[in-house]
Amino acid sequence: MHREDFEILNTGIIYLDNGATTLKPKCVVDATVDYYTKYTANAHRGDYDNSLKVDMLYEGVRDKVRDFIHAKSSKEIIFTSGTTDSLNRIVFGFMKTHLKKGDEVLLTKAEHASNILPWLELEKDVGVVVKYIPLENHQVVLKNVLESITDKTKVISLAHVTNVLGDERPIREIGCLCQEKGIYFVVDGAQSVPHRPVDVEDLHLDFLAFSAHKMLGPTGVGVLYGKEELLEELHPTIVGGGMNATFSSEGSWEYKSLPSRLEAGTPNIAGVIGFGAALDYLMKIGMENIYQYECSLKKYFISQLETIDNVIVYNKEVGGSTVAFNIDDVFSQDTAIYLNHYHICVRAGNHCAKILKEDLQVKNTCRASLYFYNTKEEIDSVIRVLRQSKDIFRIVL
Amino acid sequence: MDSLTRRNIMLENYQNPYHRGLVQADDYLLFNTNNESCIDNLDIQYQLKDGIISDIRFDGEACAVSTSAASLMIKTFIGKTKPEVLEILDNYEKMLSGKEYDATKLGELIVYEDIGKQPNRKRCAYLPFESLRKVLQKM
Repeated sequence: MHREDFEILNTGIIYLDNGATTLKPKCVVDATVDYYTKYTANAHRGDYDNSLKVDMLYEGVRDKVRDFIHAKSSKEIIFTSGTTDSLNRIVFGFMKTHLKKGDEVLLTKAEHASNILPWLELEKDVGVVVKYIPLENHQVVLKNVLESITDKTKVISLAHVTNVLGDERPIREIGCLCQEKGIYFVVDGAQSVPHRPVDVEDLHLDFLAFSAHKMLGPTGVGVLYGKEELLEELHPTIVGGGMNATFSSEGSWEYKSLPSRLEAGTPNIAGVIGFGAALDYLMKIGMENIYQYECSLKKYFISQLETIDNVIVYNKEVGGSTVAFNIDDVFSQDTAIYLNHYHICVRAGNHCAKILKEDLQVKNTCRASLYFYNTKEEIDSVIRVLRQSKDIFRIVL
Repeated sequence: MDSLTRRNIMLENYQNPYHRGLVQADDYLLFNTNNESCIDNLDIQYQLKDGIISDIRFDGEACAVSTSAASLMIKTFIGKTKPEVLEILDNYEKMLSGKEYDATKLGELIVYEDIGKQPNRKRCAYLPFESLRKVLQKM
């Protein structure tokens, strides 16, 4: 779908590393460049035309994000530098002041480093206790979530879709459960928001973090969604220009209201405006259409991989758009280098989920992650190359 | 050395690496490459005795280049004195960084000459050698 909008595809690459970052359509690049070439100005400042235009466009993107994830208010949308930044702000801006020693935080071993390390830091700082929900065949099941909850459980923080296996968690059910039990529910949406419809109200999320660059947008832009009453209590972890209402030399100060209070300094204006173009583009295609297309493409990919004897697939039963595999007896990095020889881009490694190996018993995998611009023809090419992998070391060495 | 011979030496050392498997002994120094690389994970053991490297062992998971380089590194450095290690290591580092070097000092390590020219593989070829710099400080 829509391959003509992605100039980079003319170079002949088969890009299957969308879990890391996606390609950018021309409209996103144009929107970013236009800001630099046609109406550069800072946001929230001057009274001249270009500055007012920047304000209008920048705040317009906030409204687009609100609509995209079905938030109640634009005040619930904070622009950050990415998912990692968003999660850090949730942990150190909110949880640090709302949790106390002995409170329990539930994660899983399949989480991305960004959803584990901040909590481990908080464990050291405040004395919260980080616990891991046991996985069932590498996946989260409601029963295990229920059994992991104690009187001390204050937070559940999970990826909606994991970045290694691409499995989707029962987020809505967990969201309802958290609401019922008064547990804060934090969701890492980096691998879900780009690929399917997400409705924060319907899913009962307290916080959601995601990145623009994994959904056609520029790098360096992310979103922190939080329920308004929670964001009101989120302490700014960065303070300075643009977010203060008044301050005096005697040491008294007052911060602005949401969302400005949480966006200190000049934001990534070009990036946010580019992100707006990405959102328009995605909404035009339709997130449900993207989801359905990717699911069927993944099924096709798996069915073809299964015809190759020496390829092991680790997530056959999982839906979504990620395929984790290895060639038997070949180190994942060698497979990635071999595929690169044929201009096929995949990722090898542990995908920033270093403790998943404790559960998966496999340290490293090749990850092919799809997006809507990938095609069956591309999959066929990958299969052809994998089928002739007997000569892999002639290529790799 | 032609490219086919080079590849065969690497392949032989990847598929049947020399001294793979660690030993349980107190007199070995242990280094891990994990902090230098996100994906390759090699443990390398050195035994120093009477001013030479008397034994080297390794184990772990790594790509074909790193694994074969570990094997060849071990073959090269067992029995060497500190000045000998330094001389070979210096020349190997120069070769990988595209500087002038003395090929006669390198023996079979010369097989990584071309790989050193590929930025993403250079690290793999050097990974097992990183610990040697630390070992030199103990000699």
